[in-house]
Amino acid sequence: MPGNRFNAFQDHGVGIGLRIPHYEHIFSRKPVVDWFEIISENYMCDAGRPPAMLDRILEQYRVVQHGVSMYFGSVTAPDPEHLKRLKNLVRRTKTPWLSDHLCWGSVDGTYTHDLLPLPYTWEAVERTVERVRMVQDYLEIPVAVENVSSYAAFTGSEMTEWEFLTEVVERADCGILFDVNNVYVSAMNHEFNPLDYVNAVPAHRVAQIHIAGHSKYEKYILDTHDHPVIDPVWQLYARAIERCGPTPTLLEWDDHIPSFDEVHAEAKKAEQFLHPHATELVGAAK
Amino acid sequence: MSAHPNVQANAPTNQSPMDLAALQREMAAAVMQPLTPDENMRATMPDGRSTTAVAASFIAPNSRLTAFERLEIYNRQYWYRVLGALAEDFPALRAVIGGRRFEALSIAYLAEHPSRSFTLRNLGSKLPAWLAAHPEQAGRRHRLAVDVAKMEWAFVEAFDAAELAPLTQRQIAALQGESRLALQPYLQLVALHYPADDLVLELHAQEKRQTSEAGVAHEDDSGATTGVPKLQPRPIWLAVHRVDLSVYYRRIGREEFQTLDALRSGSPFGEALEAGFLGSRIPERVRAERVQEWFGSWAELGWICQA
Repeated sequence: MPGNRFNAFQDHGVGIGLRIPHYEHIFSRKPVVDWFEIISENYMCDAGRPPAMLDRILEQYRVVQHGVSMYFGSVTAPDPEHLKRLKNLVRRTKTPWLSDHLCWGSVDGTYTHDLLPLPYTWEAVERTVERVRMVQDYLEIPVAVENVSSYAAFTGSEMTEWEFLTEVVERADCGILFDVNNVYVSAMNHEFNPLDYVNAVPAHRVAQIHIAGHSKYEKYILDTHDHPVIDPVWQLYARAIERCGPTPTLLEWDDHIPSFDEVHAEAKKAEQFLHPHATELVGAAK
Repeated sequence: MSAHPNVQANAPTNQSPMDLAALQREMAAAVMQPLTPDENMRATMPDGRSTTAVAASFIAPNSRLTAFERLEIYNRQYWYRVLGALAEDFPALRAVIGGRRFEALSIAYLAEHPSRSFTLRNLGSKLPAWLAAHPEQAGRRHRLAVDVAKMEWAFVEAFDAAELAPLTQRQIAALQGESRLALQPYLQLVALHYPADDLVLELHAQEKRQTSEAGVAHEDDSGATTGVPKLQPRPIWLAVHRVDLSVYYRRIGREEFQTLDALRSGSPFGEALEAGFLGSRIPERVRAERVQEWFGSWAELGWICQA
């Protein structure tokens, strides 16, 4: 599978998020990993340990950048310093594409540091498209927007989330980081069928897929990235791969982080869906 | 695009929809409002309006949660995130004043200084100065608390601030009285009222042990400040710096501190030395030798750079 123009025609396979507790294991054991995803903001400092560790990773592994504070849907413009630092990091990592969230999180220069949901309105489509285009033009690499988990819906919404996502990516001509765990979380919180979402997403624009675990509470589900992926999410992933074809896939695990091997093993479960025929052949050979 | 049965919204109301900017300002104000002591969303907004009414004006309920409860999830998430970030950057301050007081202090600080940066790394940048101006937030250990906060913020800066090319020995030898120098951006100069450096190092080591043993930091949420020895006030001058990616605290003399401080402020080399020895008891005859020692050490550590 050669990929598509939204992931620079890369076939990255299955990666995991690069996390500090795993540095020692990675540097000492040099495990075979298809690729690492980094949180851009963790490496946008001037010097010191973070960029030094990143450079060691870049010597041996492919890295893709994922951001958490571009806030494509915020009404106020992004901080030029943020964009400048992000572009410097893009040059350093040579990331083939870059992703951030379809959400908002700052207003009038004050930051909530959360991925707040957008109302699905035509006004929000226009604002978001403008921002995505600006960032994509400035960074000069493909940008993919990620659907977020949400816990609130807005009275003013004029369309479904997947209609909103489609409008944004078509008008901005950008890619999608399709998070199937977020689809599941939002579906449970907003009482819709997650398969409706997976079946509607513009498959040809999916640059990357996220899988993750979450936490279930009495009345809602939180996207906590601190558990293994549950079966219903794997089923959504299987359907997404059926529609999109083999797509670079990344397991997120951000809290109560287990050993590197445990996280990597969880991620590699995705391979049975990415390469079902290969799995069958291996099974037959045994 | 036509209306869809799965649109995640309420039935249309008579009110005209809030524009995006107004919605974001309204939601941010609600989300960033401090929680009640029971960690619930407050019943009234800062301007006195009912939070229930505000939430219902733009958030739709579902079959399990009201608009208020849905907004409350974000309100809690915001505070857990920012309080967690401050606790991570100021573990020794937390140990010195106790968990409960630290949380109250953090809430008061963030109410005045919410994040103005795209990165949480900068969240505590104003905390030392803010704490110095708010003695009521730290109790009887206020001056020690300010010292500790200054040291911990200096650690954050020294950890990842920029590193410039240091002056070579030849460039140092050619310095004139009117030469202007710059200091490494990662080098932080901190004047303390207490010898708090050893205390902070010990508290950081304790924090590291607890984190690696339990997997979770900050298990003690009590107000107790156990394990913090009583310190006698004594002025200390510190250079917080970085060597091979690790941060170190180095005690220096008052004269060396004042000289470095003057260089950082842009004073020419000669004036910086005068400022350094202002009020000094170091005899004139040994001062040249002392300056030579400083420069030897600064050159070795790469602290001085071209302005």
